[in-house]
Amino acid sequence: MRTIIICDVIKPFLIAVLGLAAATGAGRAHADDVQATLTIREHKFEPAELTVPAGVKIRLSIENRDATPEEFESHELNREKVVVGNGTITVFIGPLEAGRYPFFGDFHQETAQGVLVAK
Amino acid sequence: MLGTGLLVFREVLEAALIVSIVCAATRGVSGRGVWVGSGIGIGVLGAILVAAFANVIAAAVSGIGQELFNATILLAAVVMIAWHAIWMASHGRELSVQMKSVGSAVQAGSRPLSALLIVVAVAVLREGSEVVLFLYGQAASGAGPTALAGGIALGVVGGVAVGFLLYFGLLGIPLRYFFSATNWLMLLLAAGLASQAAGFLIQADVLPALGNRVWDTSALLSNASLIGKTMHTLIGYDAQPAGMQIVFYAITAVAIALGMKLWGRAPQAAPR
Repeated sequence: MRTIIICDVIKPFLIAVLGLAAATGAGRAHADDVQATLTIREHKFEPAELTVPAGVKIRLSIENRDATPEEFESHELNREKVVVGNGTITVFIGPLEAGRYPFFGDFHQETAQGVLVAK
Repeated sequence: MLGTGLLVFREVLEAALIVSIVCAATRGVSGRGVWVGSGIGIGVLGAILVAAFANVIAAAVSGIGQELFNATILLAAVVMIAWHAIWMASHGRELSVQMKSVGSAVQAGSRPLSALLIVVAVAVLREGSEVVLFLYGQAASGAGPTALAGGIALGVVGGVAVGFLLYFGLLGIPLRYFFSATNWLMLLLAAGLASQAAGFLIQADVLPALGNRVWDTSALLSNASLIGKTMHTLIGYDAQPAGMQIVFYAITAVAIALGMKLWGRAPQAAPR
């Protein structure tokens, strides 16, 4: 019963956010975006250091080749997103100033460390 | 076990801090335990569901389902807090008077406790789904049940303990200022949640960032530190906020403050 009430309450927000997404054309690739790709294998990022151009928006794909979930997270980039086992996510980043932006896998911080270098 | 415990602790802590503020804000209200308890229960069930369908959510809406889902439930929580805070501003004085005269039991009346149930459920669901996914991964990589159970126990006990510390700390605020203090805390909490929602919408490229990093105070207080994380949860502290996050934060804070002022000064209804 209560769950139904909550669904009713949350529905208008979902519709509003979806409407916003549709109106701004979210999820569509923009011609000027730069594509970059990271792969997670055995709880490590490949490459561990990824160079991207500074000053442009980057469409970063993260492919998880492990069977277990991971969370891509970076305080410097202000990003966090779960990627399920054998899944792929896209995270939009930038435009970045030139510099080093460390990131990590929240679920395997001992090994899953990397850095994005904007040049 | 320690690694597991540490991650569980961090996630439980974030949810526990929000639950503590809600508990303080509902001090003396009869039946609040049921509402808060139901919120936690629904949150845990929701967390398991969200984790189980994580791949479906992630793939939805051209791959930005996760961000849209997070932004949606965060904004729903923001509106619930706003509703409650404005209601409290117009009834808080009566509550303080009632609490002084009849002890601690006050009838909930028309108070929107269902709004706070949703806030608690959202907090537990968001952090809980990460814990479930993480534990699933640990189990799948061959972590033993003892190590897992030990880690969960350590993390939950630690996180809840800090939540209780905050709760009892807040109870130390003199009754005269108590409800306006918890109301302002709720306002900052809502503004912080709105800023997080904006962050997800920027990450999904739904909203422009309006400046990726308007300022950088990570040298003073990093979001990676425990205090930074705690402040992030409580008041929406962000060492490197995007412009749009600041806009969301400011609009939420001003809207709730304005609502509290407008309705808080309105003539009081006849005492219930």
